[in-house]
Amino acid sequence: MTTTITGIAASPGISIAKAFILQNPELKVVKTKVKDTNEEIQRLEKALEKSKAELEVIKEHASKELGEDKAEIFAAHLLVLSDPELINPIKDKVETEQVNAEFALDEVANMFITLFENMDNEYMKERAADIRDVTKRVLAHLLGVTIANPSMISEEVVIIAEDLTPSDTAQLNRQYVKGFSTDIGGRTSHSAIMSRSLEIPAVVGTKTVTSGVENGTLVIVDGLDGKVIVDPTEEVVNQYQDKKAAYDAQKAEWAKLVDEKTVTTDGQHVELAANIGTPDDVQGVLENGGEGVGLYRTEFLYMGRETLPTEEEQFEAYKAVLERMGDKPVVVRTLDIGGDKELPYLDLPKEMNPFLGFRAIRLCLEMQDMFRTQLRALLRASVFGNLKIMFPMIATLDEFREAKSILLEEKEKLQGEGIAVSETIEVGIMVEIPSTAVMADLFAKEVDFFSIGTNDLIQYTLAADRMNERVSYLYQPYNPAILRLVKNVIDAAHKEGKWAGMCGEMAGDEVAIPLLLGLGLDEFSMSATSILKARSQILRLSREELRSDAQKALMMNTAEEVKRFIEEKYIN
Amino acid sequence: MVEKMYTITSEAGLHARPCTALVSAVTPLKSEVALEYNGKQVNLKSIMGVMSLGVSKGATVKVIATGDDEEQVISKIDEVMIKEELAV
Repeated sequence: MTTTITGIAASPGISIAKAFILQNPELKVVKTKVKDTNEEIQRLEKALEKSKAELEVIKEHASKELGEDKAEIFAAHLLVLSDPELINPIKDKVETEQVNAEFALDEVANMFITLFENMDNEYMKERAADIRDVTKRVLAHLLGVTIANPSMISEEVVIIAEDLTPSDTAQLNRQYVKGFSTDIGGRTSHSAIMSRSLEIPAVVGTKTVTSGVENGTLVIVDGLDGKVIVDPTEEVVNQYQDKKAAYDAQKAEWAKLVDEKTVTTDGQHVELAANIGTPDDVQGVLENGGEGVGLYRTEFLYMGRETLPTEEEQFEAYKAVLERMGDKPVVVRTLDIGGDKELPYLDLPKEMNPFLGFRAIRLCLEMQDMFRTQLRALLRASVFGNLKIMFPMIATLDEFREAKSILLEEKEKLQGEGIAVSETIEVGIMVEIPSTAVMADLFAKEVDFFSIGTNDLIQYTLAADRMNERVSYLYQPYNPAILRLVKNVIDAAHKEGKWAGMCGEMAGDEVAIPLLLGLGLDEFSMSATSILKARSQILRLSREELRSDAQKALMMNTAEEVKRFIEEKYIN
Repeated sequence: MVEKMYTITSEAGLHARPCTALVSAVTPLKSEVALEYNGKQVNLKSIMGVMSLGVSKGATVKVIATGDDEEQVISKIDEVMIKEELAV
């Protein structure tokens, strides 16, 4: 029977494919007595062989898709499965205690897991998870349960999961994964952001998709309207194929604007830039006609690995982005870790309120070695393109001054070592904390530019955790309070002859764009896939006309009122 | 029996990657190979054994090989230590 599940449209487009449920089944181990211990050991051997064969394929796949270094961990996993200190005790246990292989494996593996968990070295503690991962695979084979291997998918599928972590998404094969849907998350959660950069249709925050879909069922993910249609009839499939064709045609229409400048009907140019996470994303920026990179999130360099990236690794990544963007501006945000983005190897204590805690620039000013390494890599890369550096989560002028002075120190050191550094690097800040938005007039005297980070600015201004679905109604981009802060920042920048951009989700939003144009925003940075749509919209708008409407919006009572006003006047 | 001492110089100590390389290098050989650190001895053909030592930068470890191809064990380990930039 056809059912429809609704959620949040996180990434546009339509995909129709079989469901692939990504979840780990619970493996229950029961102790039983066995008579024929030889047969039991043979069963174990078989499960080990199957697991090794799977791991070989995963390793192959990982090295092809993700690179040699990401594949190395699977080489270690393979060795665990041939480890005499693991396998022999299991066999001994089966023989001497006449127990089933599942039980013996579980007991011996748990002994190792506890051993590693109790080590006082954080890295070794993490290895307990590796052992758990590998032995689970063997256990699943013994129990005859299939476990999901996202990297082994070899046909077109739609991924259905409770949530997708950045490392889950990194394992997905873009060739086969046509769409995805999750129980939790919102437009700004990691899985949503990743889906847009991978250009995969996605519907998130459905609450029920994992319980409403079975493995292998045909599903339609409608990332335009935020719907998942489970087990559709042929008629519905045809209908959606038409909708997909219409959307693809619309995209083709937008594609004609790739080389156009973004100019309003009254002749004003604004810059449409893209948010990126890795050097690989640059291709998408250029294909979608991006006029620059407005936000390069460097934290992806630090994630999904076991140690900090070296100066050299970072230099190569920054250089690659700068070179490929040519003379187009590239705004690099220094490490923004903490909040919902953790780095296990930094071993930071858990916090009650991570979004209000030790994160981003606060962490960098404390862990200066790490910060200086990143700054050196950036400075060295600066001669390869048009680099601008910005600091995240600046709350006070002192923080900006300290960060900037560290940057200048590293610059001097490099120059002392005879290394070339660009003399024209602009240094700016993210405006995402209300205190900074309020003080923008004073910041504007010292920074070269502002980039308004609306995802955080909105959650801090309305005091509503953007990960908490129960207060998600307070995530209100069009709230006049937000618009007034944005206006304050833009005006402050212009008064000092500086520029103001925006790199939150709001910058690519069709209701926000007319407002932001009217408020005088200079640069809009968004997902690469939103650029052409935004350009086609801006080409039809007049900034002069919008000024008075933006003023009106500032005086409205509610976000809803603002939204209706703009929709009625500017969106068909 | 042959023995040889190494001082680990790699920043990360004996992490998963170097352990994988060491264990893979000696596993095909016939000799029994032990790794000693901090008074504890483990089987160098066991990745979990080697990792459980938690060898970090600056540590001195001893390799003890016993068997027909014990000389070959040491030369294999020398090779890995140099290739992976693990020790002097």
